[in-house]
Amino acid sequence: MAAQNLQSVPDQPAAPQEANAGQGQGQLEADGQAYFDRVMADDSRIEPKDWMPAAYRKTLLRQISQHAHSEIIGMQPEANWISRAPSLKRKAILMAKVQDEAGHGLYLYSAAETLGQSRDQMMDDLIAGKARYSSIFNYPALTWADMGAIGWLVDGAAICNQVPLCRASYGPYGRAMVRICKEESFHQRQGFEILLELSNGTPAQKQMAQDAVNRWYAPALMMFGPPDDDSPNSKQSMAWNIKRFSNDELRSRFVGMMVEQVRVLGLTLPDSEVRFNEDTRKWEHGPLDWNEFKEVLAGRGPCNSQRLERRRQAHDDGAWVREAAASYAAKQVNKQKEYAA
Amino acid sequence: MNPETQETTGHGDISVGVAGAGASGDGSASATRITPGNALRPEDIALEVRTGLARPTEDVAEYALRLGDDALILAQRLGHWISRAPELEEDVALGNIALDQLGHARSFLSYAGGAWDKSEDDLAYFRREHEFRSAHLFEQPNGDFAVTIARQFVVSYYQFELYRRLTESTDATIAAIAAKAVKEVDYHRDHSAQWVLRLAGGTDESRRRMINGFKLIWPYVGELFVDDALTTRLAEAGAAVEPSSLKADFDRLTGEVLKEAGLEVPDVPAAPGGGRRGQHSEHLGYILAEMQVLAREHPGASW
Amino acid sequence: MSPHGNPEEPASAAAEIKHEAPKASPAPAPEDHHGGNVWPLWEVFVRSSRGLSHVHAGSLHAPDAAMALRNARDLYTRRNEGVSIWVVPADAIASSDPDAKGAFFESPQGKDYRHATYYTKSEGVKHL
Repeated sequence: MAAQNLQSVPDQPAAPQEANAGQGQGQLEADGQAYFDRVMADDSRIEPKDWMPAAYRKTLLRQISQHAHSEIIGMQPEANWISRAPSLKRKAILMAKVQDEAGHGLYLYSAAETLGQSRDQMMDDLIAGKARYSSIFNYPALTWADMGAIGWLVDGAAICNQVPLCRASYGPYGRAMVRICKEESFHQRQGFEILLELSNGTPAQKQMAQDAVNRWYAPALMMFGPPDDDSPNSKQSMAWNIKRFSNDELRSRFVGMMVEQVRVLGLTLPDSEVRFNEDTRKWEHGPLDWNEFKEVLAGRGPCNSQRLERRRQAHDDGAWVREAAASYAAKQVNKQKEYAA
Repeated sequence: MNPETQETTGHGDISVGVAGAGASGDGSASATRITPGNALRPEDIALEVRTGLARPTEDVAEYALRLGDDALILAQRLGHWISRAPELEEDVALGNIALDQLGHARSFLSYAGGAWDKSEDDLAYFRREHEFRSAHLFEQPNGDFAVTIARQFVVSYYQFELYRRLTESTDATIAAIAAKAVKEVDYHRDHSAQWVLRLAGGTDESRRRMINGFKLIWPYVGELFVDDALTTRLAEAGAAVEPSSLKADFDRLTGEVLKEAGLEVPDVPAAPGGGRRGQHSEHLGYILAEMQVLAREHPGASW
Repeated sequence: MSPHGNPEEPASAAAEIKHEAPKASPAPAPEDHHGGNVWPLWEVFVRSSRGLSHVHAGSLHAPDAAMALRNARDLYTRRNEGVSIWVVPADAIASSDPDAKGAFFESPQGKDYRHATYYTKSEGVKHL
């Protein structure tokens, strides 16, 4: 029940089997694969009930659920500052932004549910520490300027990643991303504005802004994933039209944008090696500490256990509420039945 | 700029990318069409005050301070739920209520500030505890979800009766703020009433918690309906209403929900309150310490 | 559907609140494998403005129809996306098999005579 969805996926692949019920399994797979390949070649969309290769389904499920988890865990570093926002306008903006992230998590969990896994199961995996989420949210948000840096750099990187995902070959994912990108358009701008205000403010404020940019720059660049030559899954994802640009390609574009924008901010990027390579026509940046990336991903980041514990606690504390509402609904159904009988 | 970066720079381009996504189609585009809408915003009030179009009397300003502080402290409390609610859908729901309350607070405080040449932020961040005018109910801790719902239930039924009447205030700005707020608070009533029914009629545990929630909250109900010299003067002028005049409707409508939920009005002694005179619960100091810490660290700074 | 499930009825009437429980929820009781606290899935349809159809906006979880409507309001209309909402239990929707295009959707292909563009001889004739 929980895993059902409007375009829900039965346990078995659909059409080719039903249409060719008398044929052997191998032929069914071949028909499905042929159909799938045609969809990929036409750059069309796969919808939930379509036949799809098991690995495609698995890859999508992993990617979409990780994306959803990132939205939900990503609420925390910012939610921590709602109570301390230094003006009421900023408090309202931040509240709306963190609330959006809950919404985006919901859209993405729904998209993942069309692949046959319940949100409940995904949530269980998350709080059991079995699922991954973007490792950047394991860094602490230490000052108000971090709200600016997260909006500008982290959301900026996320948007770079997400705009091409609006064209992902899996329909529900693409549609969720369309909605998310529209809503997120304010997220990066509000971050930029926070930094701009700080940069034009008192020396202490400007220092706060620069410090936040210094801390979030490298983790933001690493959000695009490992370098292309160390990203074994990328090629397959690109062949499946899930991913449209390589990690390094997107990272390079992002750096180019930040170079422009940081000037407007009156701040600097903590990277003396940023340059535009005239030969490759690409932006280049200094080396990133991929060892740190792997450490944080493996659970050894500054806030990993804190983030998971907070999610676990919210989930556990809410259990009696969810149970109460479910029980109430069941009682109402029974009452209705008695009334009808 | 490197032309290749054009595609993902600027937000206008994002919508182009979205519209060109193909997968969305016209149909789903209509369900995702977003607009800011058209309503009275706190910024509009602040602008009116700045340009001298609206200026409250001392009495009205003091009154607006009370309503603004109630809403502000409640928004501060509710904001804590975002990322901690029982289900993700409820994160969003409580977030909406908190944002509504914060909007009302900003409007009332912006207007109040007009009397003393102060901004909403001057009032929110640079007043001391005894200068706040919030009632104790709004300061009560979130507790578990049932306590939060009990508090919200009382608040929204009280605010609805209040704002409904204030739409007819002789003070045009108070009337305008109330007209926007009453519709939002109407939804808050619905939200909290739905949850009262579900928690009271759900499981044994939820019923026990709901009853306990009301028991904790109810001592602070009385303060909401106490008249004083200020409300009497304003009521005579037609700018406000006597809080005591809201009580009958409040009792009737909350009574209906409680009855349907099979709950009694809690039989608990009333606390004396005192928030309108600057005598607060022990909680307010902590709330303000957290809310004001950053702004006070950088006095005069702009954010 | 229950009074509360009626998609044409607003979640909250202006003056008197509708606090009564929905008389029936079409969603079956949720599974029990998590202590009975898993809420079923609902599909949300939003009418963006009067005169237009309701369009699928997305999904959400809710314990019953009344809460599903409210959750949909909170989640899918935060930016003025709609003036009316329908919610439908996800498992109440029967859908065609998208892979059966060959059989299910073949018939209308090639029947050009159903379309005005098929009739070329009347081109240029006014008001036709």
